[in-house]
Amino acid sequence: MLSSDALAQIDTEIAKYPAEQKQSAVMAALRIAQTEKGWLSTETIEFVADYLGMPAIAVYEVATFYNMYDLKPVGRHKVTVCTNLPCRLQGADRVAEHLQAKLGIGFGETTADGRYTLVEGECMGACGDGPLCLHNNHKMHTHLTPESVDKLLDELK
Amino acid sequence: MPHIEIDGKTIEVAPGATLMDAANQAGIFIPHFCYHKKLSIAANCRMCLVEVEKAPKPLPACATPVTEGMKVRTHSAKAVAAQKGVMELLLINHPLDCPICDQGGECQLQDLAVGYGASASRYAEPKRVVREKDLGPLIATDMTRCIHCSRCVRFSQEIAGRMELGMVHRGEHTEVMPFLEQQMHSELSGNVIDLCPVGALTSKPFRYSARTWELSRRKSISPHDGLGANLQLHTKDNRVYRVVPQENEAINECWLADRDRYAYEALNSEERLTRPMVRDGDKWIEVDWQKALNQAAGALRVLRDTHGGNALAALASPHQTLEELHLLQKLMRGLGSGRIEHRLGQADFSGDAKRQGVTWLGMPIAELNQLQRVLLIGATLRKEQPLIAQRLRQAVKFGAQLNVLHAADDDLYCRVANKLIVKPSAWVNALAQVAKALQEAGASLPAELAGQLNDITVSDSARAIAASLNTGERKALLLGAVAQNHPAAAQLHQLVAAIAAACGAKLGFLSPAANSVGAQLVGVQSGPVALDAKGYLLLGVEPELDAHNGPELLKALQAAECVVALTAFKGRVMDYADVVLPIAPFSETAGSFVNMEGRLQSFHAAVTPQGEARPAWKVLRVLGNLFNLAGFEQNSAEEVRQEALPQGEAGIAARLDNAIHGVALALQPPGAGIERLGEVPIYQLDPLVRRAPALQQTQDARDAACAWASGALIQRLNLIDGEHVRVRQAGAEAVLRLCRDDRLPDDVLRVAAAHPLTAGLAGRFGAISVEAV
Ligand code: SF4
Ligand code: FES
Ligand code: FES
Repeated sequence: MLSSDALAQIDTEIAKYPAEQKQSAVMAALRIAQTEKGWLSTETIEFVADYLGMPAIAVYEVATFYNMYDLKPVGRHKVTVCTNLPCRLQGADRVAEHLQAKLGIGFGETTADGRYTLVEGECMGACGDGPLCLHNNHKMHTHLTPESVDKLLDELK
Repeated sequence: MPHIEIDGKTIEVAPGATLMDAANQAGIFIPHFCYHKKLSIAANCRMCLVEVEKAPKPLPACATPVTEGMKVRTHSAKAVAAQKGVMELLLINHPLDCPICDQGGECQLQDLAVGYGASASRYAEPKRVVREKDLGPLIATDMTRCIHCSRCVRFSQEIAGRMELGMVHRGEHTEVMPFLEQQMHSELSGNVIDLCPVGALTSKPFRYSARTWELSRRKSISPHDGLGANLQLHTKDNRVYRVVPQENEAINECWLADRDRYAYEALNSEERLTRPMVRDGDKWIEVDWQKALNQAAGALRVLRDTHGGNALAALASPHQTLEELHLLQKLMRGLGSGRIEHRLGQADFSGDAKRQGVTWLGMPIAELNQLQRVLLIGATLRKEQPLIAQRLRQAVKFGAQLNVLHAADDDLYCRVANKLIVKPSAWVNALAQVAKALQEAGASLPAELAGQLNDITVSDSARAIAASLNTGERKALLLGAVAQNHPAAAQLHQLVAAIAAACGAKLGFLSPAANSVGAQLVGVQSGPVALDAKGYLLLGVEPELDAHNGPELLKALQAAECVVALTAFKGRVMDYADVVLPIAPFSETAGSFVNMEGRLQSFHAAVTPQGEARPAWKVLRVLGNLFNLAGFEQNSAEEVRQEALPQGEAGIAARLDNAIHGVALALQPPGAGIERLGEVPIYQLDPLVRRAPALQQTQDARDAACAWASGALIQRLNLIDGEHVRVRQAGAEAVLRLCRDDRLPDDVLRVAAAHPLTAGLAGRFGAISVEAV
């Protein structure tokens, strides 16, 4: 199901906790699984549950609680734009509108070519650098303007 | 011990207690939803907010530990304002469908809304709607009503032992649901209905059939397993509408197994026998009691007079009351017959001569939770004794080591320390290994046994079990129903007794039926089931299902000259009986059961008997009169009980004894080939559960209709998982669906006993073969 590389990463996370508390590694394991698979299918969730000796429903609870876990397939590039107040005050809605117009999709949607997914995000604790977005959950791009967004999109093949 | 002041009262509470505990101790009610005394603390409903001096904000009483000198106000303006605020939030998304909600009238939210809710809502936006979940045939859902207290989720994790529900998504989108639309399969699932403080989870069979305030509550005792769970039968218009637990901390706590909760449906079954009937050739004729009784007595008298008393035999169900069983044996002995048996499922009676006492649990039920070491022998625990399994699960949670000897490695939903999973014919040997391992570790075994163990080779698992039993305190070895019905039951008993003595453990029998202990106390046991009687008197049994070897007994009944059946139901009995007498099930008669810990529990009739059915004790009394026997003048069930057990519970305790001596071991190597594991399925235990429609739709009931084998065995035999196969045993055969269970050893075929589909097979254990159809 998961590559040996991913399993090795999960094992590293498990090793951080006492042996009988493997489930403590659940968030890390889901993150690693999602990075490899692109999203978390119920099969992936069940696999992670078995791997950690947890009931599948308990892992599903975690996966549905945090919105950086994707329970549906997403595009190659998932762009999460913060639309909370501090970012908005700095022009986040202009950035968001520009992105939507340019890609022809709304929040929560994926372009037909499977290249981009747009997500409406909540405060990422970096308000001073807004407007900002997160690319594929891992890389943050700050001080966005419509122009810098265009450049970013071009870079994301 | 800290002292606190709560609503002006100063009390001393146990260290570590919460404010909720303190309030309960002081008799003060704090409104709550998520708090439940048997579950872990979630503190997620916030209904229990109280004011604590020096704390800036109200604190949740259920999750706040008491500290010395705390001053708590549970009903101050600040506390009530907080509670009202929480209530307003809870009601925002709660539908106003109380008039069509089954929970109405017994709903915690409804009750507390009366005290803390506003009369109008400030919330004008649309309320959220949550899709229903299909949790199976027992539980109806209205998930829009859920207030996310998580009691049901915690119950499934902590008490039922398997997390079948979870709290998915978050915030306003939170939903309680199973993973991937699965249903709830726990044998304790119905308890979530009682736990759910609102009408989100309600009883499916009971749905829309009555309002709670129309129902009368009558206390009773479960007639199913040997636990003797305390029940309330809720009745209206002389009909039982539902069953809920009656709390008894020493027995069922506040829980009920689904079997106890839903079997009531059978009380109103179409199959109820409501008129006495006599056979006329191939036809059945309804007659009055007088005629039926005369005919029954007449036929039995002729047989007795021509062939002697022992030409008559009685077979009784251990699910019948003590009073009925007592009068039955009195009648039979009065007629000169000593053949009265309740252990129809048993194969080996050789232990009877080697022991004196009445077999029982060996300890109070409540002590199970305190055990540190347990060895379960031949117990399909979750299905035989769902609530005993729950108690042992709690013991394991507190560090007990649970060891298992069985032919199936079923998940007990708790950690198992060591296990020996071997086919039934290897059990004697397996126990001998454990005994020998103890001996090697320095324990002393009875001399008669020690000499017989020389040729035994001890396996690692047996040694691990012995090591586990050799440490710790408070130990018990428990014999389940499978062990009790095993072809070498006496040897198993003997070995377990020796092991128990060697490691200082208690020896217990998990009594399979509500009155297994009672039946022994009144002497309804005489050894192997009579197969050559000319006349049979049946009390509450379905011999073709209850018997260890159904076909054999069926043949005997068909060959008999007269069969008189006292039964609450029509059924196969109509094929071979000559007179059928309709008797009242437990809900329609007064009576008593003696549970596995030797507790005598009496109950009254909750409703009057259906049709012309009569309490069996009255029927037996009249039969006694018709035979002119002395001592059949009792006027009430109490009088019969008084006669049966003159010293009551004190007299019972003196006779409980699991000791056994002098059973010779036959330590042959286990046979080659595939063996049957024939258990009584959870929903085939007695005539009532067999006719409970909702229980018969559960996964457990469906599973019992299949033959189970490991993947390796299926492959070896070139069979296909999911297809129908023919199983053959001792010349008889049955066609069943083959299912895969890798928790079975590769030489075991699990084929349920006491099941209509397998009733043609002879014997619950022994060699069996399986082939494609
Ligand atoms: S279904 Fe009932 S018990 Fe379960 S969380 Fe909702 S309100 Fe609580
Ligand atoms: S509001 Fe956008 S990062 Fe905080
Ligand atoms: S009862 Fe205390 S928070 Fe729910």
